[in-house]
Amino acid sequence: MIQLDNVSKKYGEMTALAPTNLTIESGKTTVLIGPSGCGKSTLLRLMLGLIEPTSGTIDFNGKRVTRSGLLELRRRVGYVIQDGGLFPHLTARQNVLLMAERLKQEPVKSRDRLRELCRLTRFPLEGLLRYPVELSGGQRQRVSLMRALMLVPDVLLLDEPLGALDPLVRAGLQTDLKAIFAELKQTVVLVTHDMPEAGYFGDTIVLLSEGHIVQQGSLADLRDRPAAPFVTDFLNAQRSLVQI
Amino acid sequence: MISEWLRSNPNNTFDLFDRPPAVENRHPRGLQSASLWTKNSNRNPLLLLFLLGAMIFVAAMPLRATGQSVAVGSKKFTESYVLGEIVKKLLTTQGFKTTHDQGMGGTIILWQALLHGDIGCYPEYTGTIGEEILKQKNLSPEAMRAALQKQGIGMTGELGFNNTYALVMLRSKAEKLGIKTISDLKKHPELRAGPTPEFLGRQDGWTPLLAHYGITMSDVHGIEHGLGYTALKNDQIDLKECYSTDAKIAKYDLIVLDDDLHFFPQYKALFLYRLDMPAKAIATLKTLEGKIDGARMIALNALAEKEKDYAAAAATFSLDGTTANTAAKSLLSDIPRLTKQHLTLVGFSMLLAIVVGIPLGILASRPGPLGGFLLGATGVVQTIPQLALLALFIPLLGIGPNTAIVALFLYSLLPIVRNTATGLQDIPGPIRESAAALGLEPFAQLQKVFLPMASRTILAGIKTSAVINVGAATLAGLIGGGGYGEPINSGLNLNDTSMILQGAIPAALLALLVQFGFDLFDRVLIPKGLRLPPARD
Repeated sequence: MIQLDNVSKKYGEMTALAPTNLTIESGKTTVLIGPSGCGKSTLLRLMLGLIEPTSGTIDFNGKRVTRSGLLELRRRVGYVIQDGGLFPHLTARQNVLLMAERLKQEPVKSRDRLRELCRLTRFPLEGLLRYPVELSGGQRQRVSLMRALMLVPDVLLLDEPLGALDPLVRAGLQTDLKAIFAELKQTVVLVTHDMPEAGYFGDTIVLLSEGHIVQQGSLADLRDRPAAPFVTDFLNAQRSLVQI
Repeated sequence: MISEWLRSNPNNTFDLFDRPPAVENRHPRGLQSASLWTKNSNRNPLLLLFLLGAMIFVAAMPLRATGQSVAVGSKKFTESYVLGEIVKKLLTTQGFKTTHDQGMGGTIILWQALLHGDIGCYPEYTGTIGEEILKQKNLSPEAMRAALQKQGIGMTGELGFNNTYALVMLRSKAEKLGIKTISDLKKHPELRAGPTPEFLGRQDGWTPLLAHYGITMSDVHGIEHGLGYTALKNDQIDLKECYSTDAKIAKYDLIVLDDDLHFFPQYKALFLYRLDMPAKAIATLKTLEGKIDGARMIALNALAEKEKDYAAAAATFSLDGTTANTAAKSLLSDIPRLTKQHLTLVGFSMLLAIVVGIPLGILASRPGPLGGFLLGATGVVQTIPQLALLALFIPLLGIGPNTAIVALFLYSLLPIVRNTATGLQDIPGPIRESAAALGLEPFAQLQKVFLPMASRTILAGIKTSAVINVGAATLAGLIGGGGYGEPINSGLNLNDTSMILQGAIPAALLALLVQFGFDLFDRVLIPKGLRLPPARD
């Protein structure tokens, strides 16, 4: 689905991401995890063309990503960020439909899709007329997810989508999200710094540190066959209740 | 807001004159424009280029004095207005289609308008021609005439009076002390003097005067001109300076002390005119030579101030010395016309400022040197005194509403540009990222997301601009642009508070109305989602 070859990103002398190879597989959920500043969000932004790589190439569905193809790429990728990134001057409905209207998608088709998304994300229909300030944090993330899914994206990129939510809302949304991904057979790239969340979602977990991929594999791979002491340290740092 | 307006507006007026308007009214020398000019000439040439560039937005065709119509100009004080009206009357009688642009400003403004052909003639003073226009002292009349001729300008003979500085005392007091000349003051060092602060500081003012005559006087306090007269009348001071044709001289029965050692320069009144004016019009101007002596000018000035009408005073004048009665007209009937003019000035300049300011603000919101330059440039415009800005454009656009609109437009730019830039810069990074990530084109991001989100800040900028604009537009009255500035200006010249209020109150009301209108506008233009209070989670 997405193929990164030797992709790196430098800001002046500062290396945000060392030359990296990574394949995002279709229909799977890939989790990018690591401590703050490890390069996981940089990686996500590179995939979306929000920042330009310093070196290397990115292929999307077998096609090389170029500057002129960026708009097209972004329209086929869904993107959700921590506080939703909803436009405050538009209602939930307007936020979700913005691009569809822009691309002159048939209104009937859009309406059907909107209803379908409300069902999928368990968002109440009457909430569609509310403005973002009138919604709770969890509802905002559901709307943001609807906006990202509106145009049936090939891949869904989520940058700590649940990071700002309280634990109960978060747990509920985790369950819903996982069900949605499964139902849609969605290709997903999820950025998080929470190991249980990574384990819950990730078919593949990519652990980064200081701009490098340290290890890539299933949760079992990371736990049982750590590639470096850092992997064990990182897993153990997130202690569960059982350990306390 | 009213207080803000009242505060800003008279101040702007005072800035230009460097002293209160009550003094300015009678002062023939156009000093205000001289100081205003020096201020401007120090400005960066880049600024001038910027101003020139901005003018591309407005096509303006100045009127020119052609054919059988003649435009008369006058400076911003009673005497000049009256002389202008007298000439207008004479020329009209001779069959010319005559207009009089009353109180256009100071020397530089009038001189430029004359050179440019906006006006055909205006009253001037010999001292001013030497010191301000030709910048050569002690020119003989012949040399003066020759120098002017090179620039296509002619000069009539003297009208018959000398409007210069003079010292005045109450007649009764002077007679009691036996004072007739300035030299006589040497014997009375105990006298209480109340010259204007301006006169105290002038090169040809108080200190050099005392030195010239060898007078010492210790009880000297600067007093504003109008108050000085009152103090003189009430015997709180004994002596002050005045202009020798001041209406108050007759009114309070003062005597002018003889300048026996010839300290004060000569400011003899005459008319300057374009040599390409119709010969018959020039001949008509020349009929005034020697026809107005000091006493007559004082009487005409007094009448104009009493009747509060320059044309009425001028109507009493005839070359053979007879007088006629006229009634003062009411300015109240003028309010619809003035309102229309004022709204035109504000409306067009604001429209331009919005159409130009928002795109400039968008450019300025981007990182890089251009943004800083744009904000800097519009900021510099804002630091130019408003009348100075008007004066800058007179040589280019002539006098009238066009110039005022261009100046007001430039003056209104800064708040709009700055607020547009700030509003856009304040949009949070995640929102920008989301807009880009959706695949919106850059223009669509601006149109659909960023501008609506910045609308509150942009509207606040437009509101600020509009309120300032309504106040600043009163200055258009000074350059023939019309509007509420017209009665304010006349009122200042006539020392008539009620006339000032006839312009100031509507202007203040209009400013309030504009503010109120924009508050209503907010509800329509600011998206509802930005006006709602945040919900609790």
